[in-house]
Amino acid sequence: MTALLSLSGVTAFYGAIQALRGIDLTVEQGEIVTLIGANGAGKSTLMMTICGNPRARSGQILHQGQDITQWPTYEIMRRGIAQAPEGRRIFGRMTVRENLLMGAEVAGRTDIDVLLQQVFALFPRLQERLSQRGGTLSGGEQQMLAIGRALMSRPTLLLLDEPSLGLAPLVVRQIFGAIRELNRTTGLTVLLVEQNAYQALRLANRGYVLVNGSITMAGTGADLLARPEIRAAYLEGGGHA
Amino acid sequence: MAYALQQLINGITLGMIYGLIAVGYTMVYGIIGMINFAHGDVFMVGSFLSLIAILGLASLGITSVPLALVLTLLFAAAIAALYGWTVERVAYRPLRGSFRLAPLISAIGMSITLQNFVQVSQGARVKPIEAIIPGGIQLMDRGGFAVQLSWMQIAIVVITLTILAVFTWLVTKTPLGRTMRACEQDLKMASLLGIDTDLTISLTFVIGAALAAVAGFMFLLYYGVIDFYIGFIAGIKAFTAAVLGGIGSLPGAVLGGLLIGLIEVFWSAYFSVEYKDVAAFAILIVALIFLPTGILGKAEVEKV
Repeated sequence: MTALLSLSGVTAFYGAIQALRGIDLTVEQGEIVTLIGANGAGKSTLMMTICGNPRARSGQILHQGQDITQWPTYEIMRRGIAQAPEGRRIFGRMTVRENLLMGAEVAGRTDIDVLLQQVFALFPRLQERLSQRGGTLSGGEQQMLAIGRALMSRPTLLLLDEPSLGLAPLVVRQIFGAIRELNRTTGLTVLLVEQNAYQALRLANRGYVLVNGSITMAGTGADLLARPEIRAAYLEGGGHA
Repeated sequence: MAYALQQLINGITLGMIYGLIAVGYTMVYGIIGMINFAHGDVFMVGSFLSLIAILGLASLGITSVPLALVLTLLFAAAIAALYGWTVERVAYRPLRGSFRLAPLISAIGMSITLQNFVQVSQGARVKPIEAIIPGGIQLMDRGGFAVQLSWMQIAIVVITLTILAVFTWLVTKTPLGRTMRACEQDLKMASLLGIDTDLTISLTFVIGAALAAVAGFMFLLYYGVIDFYIGFIAGIKAFTAAVLGGIGSLPGAVLGGLLIGLIEVFWSAYFSVEYKDVAAFAILIVALIFLPTGILGKAEVEKV
């Protein structure tokens, strides 16, 4: 069986700076996979490279067995891949409703109301804020909106970039709970980038550790949580690998 | 009093034309953050296309004025849209992702190219046309000064307001408009939502060019004289209007256009016609110094 997503030997550059140095990674259907690493390790670059921006300079990215390495971003996103990116990137001058509709833009779906109801079931707060401008939401609400918007395309693979960044612990738990719920009830596959390694590894089936653009460790969530070097670097006040 | 009223009418008419051109500047700035200095020349091309269409239709024996004008408008808008699309494709898209000044320089080059193309292909002399919609109504007559409201002025205001109403509906209510606003706010995010951003940018140029062509059409009918150079001055004034109104803001572009039109007309009426361009550009300088975000411009607050 082919993996939902598989990367082999992927490299990417920002100008002359090499951000990814030969990444091998697979995500199977129905999994939650997390990618942990320090600031600047290349986690967000990896997420964006999967979406074709920046484009991988070498290596191969397969989605459902199809080589999408050279595809333009918008066509990759029309294959059922959605991303809630770093910094959330909410459309600040659009209403919450318009933001969510933008998520459903690709598919040109007719069952918009059904999709909206599903998002509201997950994040009731968004329904209360429906006609408010995205820019006026709190950080946590913006994160919910970013995830909700990504879900509006009814993706089979959801890329989540640091959903916990800057949020209160209670909100983080709420959002992680929502991710687990989605994975369990709809079988949604999730690739999660996190600095909050403890939470992420507890949530994930498997994890990868990214250091300076290379994957240095991989294993199940529980396995990685138990490793002393992970504990030292990412869990007990460390930040550097 | 009567004199001032007449100037008000003239100023609003001129302001409408500037406003229509300014919308094109502000849309393109909003979406890719560049000033399309060739936009004024697309307006000029639009007025030449209108002239060609009017003469062509006349020679075909189409005598119904409304029919001829509608056909002319459609023809000019369609061909100018093609120009807008081509300009973006040829001169700006290859430079996307380059340093910020590159497309600006390319835009100035495109402006010169269009001017010279029209100069060479149409000749450098001014092209007059006889009044197609003559006459008007006399509003009042005070002390020997008659206040005139010509049919042409009414037509310009009505056409502009209609087009702006349709355009506003397009931008605020339709999926295409939503996509355009999304691209304007965050191009990268829009592409992550499966939007073909290159296509959206092209459409923005096409719409802007079509609006400029409508302005060019009305300019031709209103003034009755055009030449290959009209795009430069009108373009820079419309740019001033866009900056004054708040670059990136659509209502701001129209408001700025109206203000520039009024300032220019009242300045000419009460001070000196020779210095009317100076008045308009002084406004640009004042706006840039004291009100850089413009009247309706937005200062973005980012939330962490």
